[in-house]
Amino acid sequence: MSEIILETRNLTKRYGGVHALEGANFVLRKGEHVAIMGDNGAGKSTFVRQVTGVEQRTSGEVIFDGEVVNFEGPLEAREAGIETVFQTLALADELDVPANLFLGRELIKFRLGPFSILDFKAIRERTLNSLTKTGVKIPNIKNTIKNMSGGQRQCVAIARTATFHSKLTIMDEPTAALGVQETAQVENIIRTLKEASEPLILISHNMRQVFDLVDRIVVFRRGRIVADLLKSETSGEEVVAYITGAKTQSEFEAEV
Amino acid sequence: MAEMAHGTGGQKHDPNKRHLPNELNILAALILMVAVFELLGALLMGQSFLFDSSDRFDSIFNEARLKIIILQVSITGIIAIGATQIIIMGGIDLSPGSVVGVTAMVAMSFAQVAEVNGFPNPKGVFGPELQDLSVFVPIAIGLIVGAIAGFLNGFFVAVAKIPPFIATLGMMVAARGAAKWWSKGQPISFPTDEYAWIGDGMNPVIWFACLAVLFHCILKYTLYGNYTYAIGSNEDAARMSGINVGRHKILVYTIGGLLAAFAAIILSSKNLTAQAGMGVMYELDAIAMAVIGGVSLAGGRGSIVGTVLGALIFGVIISGFTFLRLDAYYQEIVKGGIIIGAVVLDQWRQRRAASRR
Repeated sequence: MSEIILETRNLTKRYGGVHALEGANFVLRKGEHVAIMGDNGAGKSTFVRQVTGVEQRTSGEVIFDGEVVNFEGPLEAREAGIETVFQTLALADELDVPANLFLGRELIKFRLGPFSILDFKAIRERTLNSLTKTGVKIPNIKNTIKNMSGGQRQCVAIARTATFHSKLTIMDEPTAALGVQETAQVENIIRTLKEASEPLILISHNMRQVFDLVDRIVVFRRGRIVADLLKSETSGEEVVAYITGAKTQSEFEAEV
Repeated sequence: MAEMAHGTGGQKHDPNKRHLPNELNILAALILMVAVFELLGALLMGQSFLFDSSDRFDSIFNEARLKIIILQVSITGIIAIGATQIIIMGGIDLSPGSVVGVTAMVAMSFAQVAEVNGFPNPKGVFGPELQDLSVFVPIAIGLIVGAIAGFLNGFFVAVAKIPPFIATLGMMVAARGAAKWWSKGQPISFPTDEYAWIGDGMNPVIWFACLAVLFHCILKYTLYGNYTYAIGSNEDAARMSGINVGRHKILVYTIGGLLAAFAAIILSSKNLTAQAGMGVMYELDAIAMAVIGGVSLAGGRGSIVGTVLGALIFGVIISGFTFLRLDAYYQEIVKGGIIIGAVVLDQWRQRRAASRR
């Protein structure tokens, strides 16, 4: 059993009386790609928001890279090494690709406080490198994000996570709004991450995509984890049965 | 697979069809404005607008008019450099006109001579011990006043989360009040020769040019510029990327205040006097210059080069109306029209950009 990168113990989130997430015990090992599936409102995004510090959990523990962590905000999570590609993309529309990739971690040629001079050449070279590495094809990186298609934007957002060798990447429905070819490109990037053994949590509704890409599938239903399935030992029908509530795995039975 | 490379939708990149920078459009507008006034001059006045038609000058240009055009926009142009940065960051600053008023009053009162024609300075604010000071004293004090006003703007916007329009409107009223309170409404005059040199002759143009080049480089090549554009185009993304958005806002508003203070020092030096009513409506002129120059009120877009061209367009229009002997009243009406027209143009550009997606 390889090393554990992320573990949650009894992670619980309540919004007033609404139990959005109840006692989630989740484990992700290094190099592993796990999909989180479930119906709308099943607690998938709530789970991600607790792990990445976007919201503060009601109770439970998050252990990241061997340490109990309490992220005050998404920024702290990112600094600790968790990169998240949100449904709403966090890109600056008026900036070009290199500026977006390196936003907040600019390379500096001459340090002078806030007036430090940027090293455009190095930023450009490293951008091209990381785009090549992740297989993202953007015809003109000097183009501003505003002028790009949804797929290209998504690719830039994902390339950003790949550029900085994060310890964990989380993607919240990265292909929900994309066309067929764009989806294929995003999936290719995810495969590149797998080859580089970078761990990933993928939230998706797309059964084919999940079976193509990940090693393990965790199913959420009504705020609880109801199944933890190895891809090789399950089928689409079975996953659907867990999502809809027709089945619950025996070890989770007691909690439901 | 090679064909697949570009098959990701969106704009297809065609290296032969480069996007022209927006600044070229503004330059074209400037040339068009000059051409319109040349035409009207030839038709109505029988003389040329910018060229030497009666052999009064050594060059082919009407040097006097060229100088006036650039001189009359350099002081508001300095404020426009600050307005450009604040608007690119997604903010707005209505206070620089009033900050000019209060800074001019305060700076001038530390720049007075002790004796006028052998008598003690009749307009002296302080006693002789605070007169005949080094020129650096009023400059430093003036810049501090402007920096404080700008810092407060930034503080109210970034920390107290008051909308910039309201926060800087409050500063606009308060700073004007402070300008009147400083000398109980009395004008302050008789500066030292060194202070009078700052805004003498064409010197304001030189200051304007230097500041424009300096801030062009800062916006284009530094972290400061990158953050300013990033916050203006997506504040949440900037925050998520680890940029200290609040601190940067305070910094940009403070620099806006510093530039207003610099304009005030030059203006009071040029006029050899400071009055509490100085700089009224300068903020709107500055915002208009920026917007004419392609700075988007939605934030994220614009440049110092554009704003300088916008300032020149502004100067050409004002000089053009004087040249056509239109009343000053009409000029103000037209100025108002230009400001509204520039905003309409900006919205049209945004809609067009949005529909191209």
